[in-house]
Amino acid sequence: MSLALAFDLLLVAALVWSAARALTVTDLFRGVVLFIVFGLLMALAWARLGAPDIALAEAAIGAGLTGALLLDAVGHLRAKQEPKA
Amino acid sequence: MKALPALIVLLATALALLLGWAMLDLPPHALRLPGEVAAKIADSGVEHPVTAVLLNFRGYDTLLEVAVLLLALLGVLALAQPHAAPTAAPAHPLLQTLARLLAPLMVLVAGYLLWVGAIAPGGAFQAGAVLGAAGVLLRLAGLLPTWAAPGRLLRGGLALGLLVFVAVALAVLGQGSLLQYPPALAGGLILLIEAGLTLSIGLTLAGLYLAGTEVQQ
Repeated sequence: MSLALAFDLLLVAALVWSAARALTVTDLFRGVVLFIVFGLLMALAWARLGAPDIALAEAAIGAGLTGALLLDAVGHLRAKQEPKA
Repeated sequence: MKALPALIVLLATALALLLGWAMLDLPPHALRLPGEVAAKIADSGVEHPVTAVLLNFRGYDTLLEVAVLLLALLGVLALAQPHAAPTAAPAHPLLQTLARLLAPLMVLVAGYLLWVGAIAPGGAFQAGAVLGAAGVLLRLAGLLPTWAAPGRLLRGGLALGLLVFVAVALAVLGQGSLLQYPPALAGGLILLIEAGLTLSIGLTLAGLYLAGTEVQQ
């Protein structure tokens, strides 16, 4: 088994794991962090598939900006919940 | 009510199998699109096939995408709380210094990505995303106010990309079909459109974050 194949298999496993965890984890903050991790791994996968354009867009928009927006949304939700608790 | 989830799972599985079968059933290569692009790339005005497809061969697709992005931001601005206080939170001095150092670099990277899009991976969307990220970073460091009410200049910047795109599309309408550039001018027109798009996409993506976000403490 070559090193490249081992890396690809590891990447696929990490992708599936982070996607599944992002969807199933109960804590919203953790879910968002896992989503960002998934986005960065996805960017790596696009780069491995020879699509650097999509990798750039995925890293910048998919992981970066969407992650920032989701984190902001989680912050707002927490700020709204705390006064009631 | 136990039957309903089971039914949903069954239907979802059936759909997944159907989609998988449809994928496998596709003819191997009905149309060799990379070959088609490579054959025409000399007329496109750029050397990178992805930019050629996005801005020339399928320019109308990108035009509509930009319009959708602008509409999304208009929606956010319409929903944003007008009373959101634009007071800046005092961020950690280290974060502020880092943001001050990184922001000019990110503007430089955006300019590089815009320029290099003609010959290598890059282009307006990636450059705009980096600009937008710079905006978000400055906001996080408390160096940029939120957009309680975007002024005339900001609104102009948001619409600039789409306006330039539509203006170019109207100007070259005489060529026969939508966004068919004359080959001699294609490179310059694409760069002009992409420059406008970079600014507008950057502002829009930053705006999705900046519009109406209140300051957390």
